[in-house]
Order: sequence, then structure tokens, then C-alpha cells
Amino acid sequence: MSITELEFQAVTVETAPEEAIQGQSQWQLTWRRLRHDRMAVASIVVIGLIAALAIAAPAFASLVGHPPSQAYPNIGVNVNGTPVSPGTHGFWLGTDELGRDLFVRILYGARISLFVGLSTTLIGTVLGVSVGLISGYYGGIVDAALARIIDAVLAFPYIVLALSLAVVFGPSLWIVIGVIAFFSWAAISRVVRGQALSIREKEYIEAARSLGAGPWRIMFIDVLPNLMAPILVLATLSIPTAIVFEATLSYLGLGIQAPTASWGNILGGAQSYYTVAWWYLVFPALALVITTIAFNLVGDGVRDAMDPRTERVFAAGRKRRKTGSQGDQADGEAALPPLTVADEGGPLSWQ
Amino acid sequence: MAVTRFLVRRILTGLIVLWFVATATFFLFFARNPQIVARQLAGRAATAQILAEVTHNLGLDQPIFTQYGRYLTRLVHWNFGLSYFNGGESVSAIIARDLPRTASVVVGGLVLWLVVGLGTGVLSATRARSLFDRTSTVAVLVGLSMPTFVLGELLLRYVYVPANNHGATWITIGYVPLSQGVLSWAGAMMLPWITLATVQAAVYTRLSRGSLLDTMGEDYIRTARAKGLTERRVVYRHGMRAALTPVVSQLGIDIGALLGGVVVVEQVFGVGGLGQDAVSSIANGDLPTIIAFVLLASAFVVIANIIVDLAYAILDPRVRIS
Amino acid sequence: MNAAGGGRHRRSSNPQLDLGASGITRAAPGREPAAAVPDGADDDVLVRVENLVKYFPVRGGGLIRRTVGHVQAVDDVSLTIGQGRTLGLVGETGCGKSTLARCIAGLIPITSGTVSFEGHDITNLPRRQMQPFRREIQMIFQDPYGSLNPRRRVGAIIGDAFAIHKMATGETRKRAVQDLMERVGLNPEHYNRFPAEFSGGQRQRIGVARALALRPKLIICDEPVSALDVSIQAQVLNLLSDLQDEFGLSYLFIAHDLEVVRHVSDSVIVMYLGKIAEAGPKNAVYDAPRHPYTAALLSAAPAADPESAVARRRIILTGDVPSPIDPPSGCRFHPRCPKAEPLCAEQEPPLEVKLGDPYSHMTACHFPVQAGEDLAAARGQDTRGAR
Repeated sequence: MSITELEFQAVTVETAPEEAIQGQSQWQLTWRRLRHDRMAVASIVVIGLIAALAIAAPAFASLVGHPPSQAYPNIGVNVNGTPVSPGTHGFWLGTDELGRDLFVRILYGARISLFVGLSTTLIGTVLGVSVGLISGYYGGIVDAALARIIDAVLAFPYIVLALSLAVVFGPSLWIVIGVIAFFSWAAISRVVRGQALSIREKEYIEAARSLGAGPWRIMFIDVLPNLMAPILVLATLSIPTAIVFEATLSYLGLGIQAPTASWGNILGGAQSYYTVAWWYLVFPALALVITTIAFNLVGDGVRDAMDPRTERVFAAGRKRRKTGSQGDQADGEAALPPLTVADEGGPLSWQ
Repeated sequence: MAVTRFLVRRILTGLIVLWFVATATFFLFFARNPQIVARQLAGRAATAQILAEVTHNLGLDQPIFTQYGRYLTRLVHWNFGLSYFNGGESVSAIIARDLPRTASVVVGGLVLWLVVGLGTGVLSATRARSLFDRTSTVAVLVGLSMPTFVLGELLLRYVYVPANNHGATWITIGYVPLSQGVLSWAGAMMLPWITLATVQAAVYTRLSRGSLLDTMGEDYIRTARAKGLTERRVVYRHGMRAALTPVVSQLGIDIGALLGGVVVVEQVFGVGGLGQDAVSSIANGDLPTIIAFVLLASAFVVIANIIVDLAYAILDPRVRIS
Repeated sequence: MNAAGGGRHRRSSNPQLDLGASGITRAAPGREPAAAVPDGADDDVLVRVENLVKYFPVRGGGLIRRTVGHVQAVDDVSLTIGQGRTLGLVGETGCGKSTLARCIAGLIPITSGTVSFEGHDITNLPRRQMQPFRREIQMIFQDPYGSLNPRRRVGAIIGDAFAIHKMATGETRKRAVQDLMERVGLNPEHYNRFPAEFSGGQRQRIGVARALALRPKLIICDEPVSALDVSIQAQVLNLLSDLQDEFGLSYLFIAHDLEVVRHVSDSVIVMYLGKIAEAGPKNAVYDAPRHPYTAALLSAAPAADPESAVARRRIILTGDVPSPIDPPSGCRFHPRCPKAEPLCAEQEPPLEVKLGDPYSHMTACHFPVQAGEDLAAARGQDTRGAR
């Protein structure tokens, strides 16, 4: 081959990919995939509905004429002391043992659940990402200390903390938020730390250092963008966890106290009456379970949208993707390798 | 040898952690103005005189470190003090009485959770995309989203009540000691076990399925098959070991969650174990019982974690060397 | 295409290899003609490394973590790099060349020894004080896929230097970046693309643009073309040489491919297991290697001419590369050396000029290869014609 021909070929190869590929950011691609995921979209709609109902709770309360904490011992309770069934005397879903409107209370409970879910996730994510980033990036003693703390927090039985705090300070909404945030930050932190530790070794981080970038710049401009995917997934999945957590604490009497309505304390009251008032148990339970399933599905959808290697078992209209010898491996809810360990389960899933 | 050294190191760390928890607990509850502590212990209706008595009896007027010292000494002697209720029963006695109940729930629930969770996960992974797999995926989703206490109450209403009404009285609630017969004991424990295990089984099904699927995609598994090993051998001797490691490490974290579930389950089914004691002592402000529960729970977590770490070290030889 | 490396202009004609023995450098015979430079050539030394040692601790132990040993990655290396010169650094994987480069760049702390830049001591400087030097010393990395942040746009990556050193913002920065992109042969319209949308060769160009942004004086190239196809390698090497001419850059060029090093370098250092085996002007080292290791490396390189390939005899080294945690005593190469004698296991050979060599050609060997000596025959190995 003559020299010029070699040169020509080199030039052609070099310029080949510069055709009209429109560069799409990670977010655009994720959003596009998410939109096509029917289960996730349906769940988002459901959540939107729940949120709308929650926001409109006062409107519903005035519509039916029953404020959430107002007891109606005359029309709302039967002669023998049991709650009235759905449909009687204008109580759409029946009442509880004090004659309070169950429907309205459930709506107000939704407010609590959503508020707690979102606020604890926010706090937990911000804290968790910061600590995880610092721990993973700095390494050394800082990391050794922080990692131990994260592990200790994660392994700590939350019930113990909730009990202790409830005893010392008395149960309340803030105890609940505090306890939940206390754990969610640790779960997120652990994953962020793990990812940060491995990203730290990448060459582009070294390149940034050689340019003279300081640790903070590297952490937030170089490392963090690579973490957004797992962070988003974790944050989305910690919302249902937090909701269930709050319900459990309230059920045990460690969280929201009556008369403020929370799905948890409603169900706590239902325990004594479930034999005679099925609605007292079923409706709040349904509300809680549907909300949790919806958030879980959205979380799954986000995770699958960010990492197209995984394919849902029920992905409608999508063909089975064969990846050569790994035909079976790339399908179903096969999880992202290091990520699942911490994003599945954990203390908060236990309710 | 490396495993022994590993174990020793973990036990020492565990003891330090326990000490730390005991100290933290002490300071959380007692390191405040003695007046406030006394009032809390004596109840809101206590008069000044009762307050003074309580303060003196419990030694609250002593310097904090003296109190701490006495606290630690008593702990080591397994003396948790006297409950403020139940007729002043010694807390140690309460523990002795109620521990078997809690232990029954925990052990059975743990076994069920692991067996069902891992079993379903492995079966799903080996039969990916089959009907079994799809069904279990739905079940997992529902199980994950079902709070324990909700499941418990639903089981009570829709299993226990109808069952008893139709004569299947072997399903009971509450607690039946083992000494009265295994069947009765299991009959009372069955619903609590199912409730306790379901959520975590769902998590572990998904986890082990994912982990096993990932492992089965590795090259060395392909090599094992190419060598001509039976599929069963490939999965169970080669695949499982690597697939189980993330599961085991997750287990360490979930032990803490297990305790929460136990408390809930005891509450729902009226088992009368330590969990219920703890919850009622909150309502009563029965400080010694609560402290005892906190310490026991932490001890349980520490021990369980050591066992889990040991299992992990056995599964993954690299851990022993580091 | 400059396959033969001709046509490059040099700013000065000083070979820069001063290995601690003497301080004066002078033009070596046989070099391409260039502008004469006055003596007092110390002014022209850009980087001076003296007795650099880098050990990595190995932790082990039972209950308490203890340092049980050291990886002796770089053991007493001294070198200089002159203005506008290219110093090639060759050696097999694990010989410490990458570590050495990172020590010079200030990316890892140095165990002992000094690095000075233009007379300033930059050994282990804290970050703040190192900042101004970072503008002068830049690095190009080996892996075109790993050295660019996949989540950032190319314009941002190249413009990083401007942002970090607060040199340009907004429109000015964008224009400067696009100017750089053009310089290295990329389409400036692709400012907003992600690295994934570029080929390997193009990514290396991005890396070059990034390094070039602040007009550094020294660019350390850590195997910049090893991961590229051969045809692309030529492109990138040409780019580097053009830039050197245009901006008067100095390069520390690390590679394991001898032919590439020969093409680009003025002087060469051959490293083995953390120590310098041989160093000198490139023609001296390539045409008359003194160290048996160098001779073996050169004999193993494929020759373009089939006839000379047949005639050449390969020197085959026995044994494996020892571990840098526990290097062999005396001369580190002695277990594999076809010329090894008992003395080699006892005494470490000093790095010095051997008889008959130009003063800047140094070798660390007790029994250097003599002219005309055939090492393949030394231990009864006759591999004539074998490939």
C-alpha cells in the first residue's frame, strides 16, 4: 500500500462517525424509554390521582360535610357501639368506632403519607448523597470512619430508635420524619459511596486532578453526574418505603397520634373492629397498598428506563432481546449488579 | 485459621459496639436534668415528695458517672431493674418469660423467609420467563408493597376468623408453648410466621433471582456447562456460591428490620412476647423494660451480624484474607 | 505522512539526558541539523528529577493492619527533560513508567527525591501551591474510553481547564474551546456532543485538546496511542509532533512499543522493575544498545524487512518478571540475563557511561553488551530464523 492510500483510509475512518447523529443526553433517553413503559405510566397516573385527592381533601370534607376529626356518635355509630357501614347517613365509606367519616380520614391520611414520603426522601437523598460522595471520594480515614457509621446506622434496628425517641420525646410527626430520614440516608449513602469509590479510580477523574481541579469540583461536576442514575432510582424507591414505614410507626402508636388521621393509626384502630366492620380494615388497607404498589412500579420503571439492559417480564409489545449466549440473563427483572444489594430490602422495606 | 482470626476480630468489635450502645442508651435516658427524669419515671401525677423519693431511690441525685458505673455493673450481672408496672416484677423475669415467645416467632419467620425467598428466587431464575416466574414476579410486587401489619390484619380477618368459624381451630392466635405439643405451637405460630416472612421473602426472591441470573451469565458458568456437567450441578455447586454472597450481605442489614417486623407481628397477633412488652411499656412509660429491650435488640443484631459475616467469610474466601 | 519522522523542526538541539552524573548537555553527533544553542544549557532544562523513589505500602497482618512490605514501583530514578524535547520512556508493563509519570505530574505523592520544574521544587506541593504549575504540566492518558467523563459534553471537558484556572468564561471560553478543537482536527460544531459519539482516535484528540488548553510547557503522554489502531496511531502521533513544533512543547512520551518511541523521541530511557537500565540519545540506544535487556527488547521487535528479520537472532529471556515487592538482589535483571555473573547478584550496577559511548549514553550493567557481540549465542540460544 502506498503511503497516500494509508493516509486516505485513516482519514476516512476518522471522519466516518461524524454524520447526523443528534446527541441525546441521558435524561432525554431515559424519559423516552419511560414514556413507553405502560406499567410505569399507569402508575404515575395513579399517583397523580392520589395526590390530587390528597390536596383536595378539605374540599371533599366540606362536600360531605364531615371534618376529619369530627366524631358523630349519634349517626355515625350503631347502637351497639360498632361503626356504621358504607353508604349509611352520608358516610361514603362508613365510619370508625367514634363515628368519624372514614372516607375523609383516608383522604387526610393520604396527605400525611405523601408528605412524609416526599420529605423524608428529600432529606435522606440530600444527606445520603453528600455523605456517600465525601466518603467515597476522599477515601482513607474519612471513608473508614464514615463507612463504619453508615453500616452501624443501617444495621441498627429502627424499632429501637423509634421506641427510644417516642419515650423520651413523645410520639409525633417529627419523630417519624426523623427516624425515617435517619435510615433512608444511610441506605442511599452506602450505594453512593460504593459507586463513588469505583468512579474515583477512573482515568477521567485523574485527568481532572491533573488539570488542577479541587476535590469539591471533582465530586460535584465529575463524579455526581455519573451517579444520577442510581440516585434517582434509589430516591424513587425510597418513597414507598417511607410511606409504609410511617404507617407502621403510627400503627404501633409511635408516630402520628389520633385524632390526626394517618393510614397507620386508622388501621391500628381497625384491629379491634375488623370482625364487625370490614370496611374499617379494607379501605385504608387498599389505599396504602395501592399507593405503595404504584410507587414501586414507578421506581421499577425508572430503573429499567435508565438501564435498558434489563427487560421487564411484562414489558408489553417488546420483543425478547437475545444477547447471544446470555439469552436468559438479560431478561426479566434481572437487577443491575452492585446496585440491587442495597436498594432491595433494607430496614425500611420491612413493614 | 484465618477464619478463626476473623471471628475473633468480629467478636471483639461486636463487644465494643454493645458497650457503645449501652452507653448511648444510658445517656439518652438519664443524662438530663434529674428533675425531668424523675418526673418521667414517676408519672405526671407525682407529688413533690414522691419525686424526691424516686430521685433518691433511683440514685438520680448522684453524679452522672456514678450512675453510669452502677448501671454498667448491674447490666453485667443481668440485672435490669424492676418494672414499674406488672407489680414491680423484675425485668429479668419478664425477659425470661417472654423471650421464648419472641424467639419462636423470630426463628420460624426467619426460616420461612429464607426458604421461600431463596427457593422461589432460585426456581424463578432457573425457569426464567416461565409461568412460574411470571406469577412469582406478581406475587413479589404485591408482597413488597404490603406492609406487615396490614397483611397481618388481613390474614386475621380473612383466614383466622373464617377458619375458626368452619372448624379449623388448630389455627390460633396468641401463644402456645412448645411443651404443649408441636402442632399446637405451630398452629398458633403459623399466621405470625407467614406475616413476618412475606415481605422479606418477596425482597429476597427478587434479590436472589437477580443475583443468580447475573451469575449464570458469567463465563465460568458457561465453561462448566461446556465441560459437560449436569445443569443441576452447574447451578447448585457453581452458581449458588457466588449468587448467594450479595444475599448474605443483605441479610446482615435486614436483621435490624426483622426486629421491627417482630414487634409488629406480636402486636397484631397478640403473641405476648418481648415486642409487645416494649410497645406497652411505651404507653406506660416503663423505662426499665424499654431499656432492657433496646439492649437485647442491639445484642441480637450484633450477634446475628457476626453469624452473617461468618457465613459470608465461608462463602467468599477473599474476605478472610483481607 | 511523516512515517520516517523527518521534517520536524526543533527549537533547540540539545539532547537532554543528564542522568545525575554530569550537568552539561551538548549536541550529540549525528543529529538532524538545527539552530545552534549557546551553552549554559541548564537554562533549557524544563524538568529535573533527582533520585525519585516511590514505594507503595502493602498492608496485611492479622488483628491490626500493618504495613508488611512495599511495592518498589520507582527506585532511585533521575532524569531531565529539556525545552522542546521529547523524552521517551520504555519498558514492559509494571516497570514503573506510569508511576514515574504520575509522580512528575504531581498526581501521586513521592516517597523521596525531588522533582523540579524550571528550577522550582514541586515535590509533594500542596494543591494550592501546585496550581500554577498545573498550567504548565499536563497529561494525556492511555485509554480513550476511560479518560473522558461519559456524562459530560466534549466542550465542557475541553473547557475544564479554563474554568478551573478562571481564565475564560462564557463566549470567550466557547470560542477558545472551538479553536482548540479545530487545532486538533475535530469539527468545532461538535462542541455539544458526548464522548460516546466519537471514535477512539477522535477521543484521543479531545484529550490532546484538553491538555493543550492552557498552553502548557510539558505534556506527559502516558501511552497515548497504545489503544488505537495502527493507522490512527500515525494520525495522532503526527498531530503531537505538529503541536510540538507550533507551541514548543516538551513531551515525556511513555510507551511499550519501541518503534513508536523511536519515531517520536529525541532521547530514550529504558526502565526495568523501577530502575533505569539504559538511557541516552535515541540513535545511540537503538543502534548500539549496551544493556542486555535493551538488546533483548530490540531483538524482539518485528522488523519491517523480512530478510533482516531472518538474519537477526532473537534473544530470548528466561524466567518471569519478578515482583516489585521483593525485587532480586544486586542487578534486578540478573535472574533473566543471558550474561549474568555472580557479581550481578551481589552488587547493583551504577548508571554510568560505558567505554566508547557518548557521555550522555548511560547504562546500568556490570557486563554491558559489546559491539558485535551476539547475545543470542551467549547461552547457547541459536534462534536464527525463528520468529
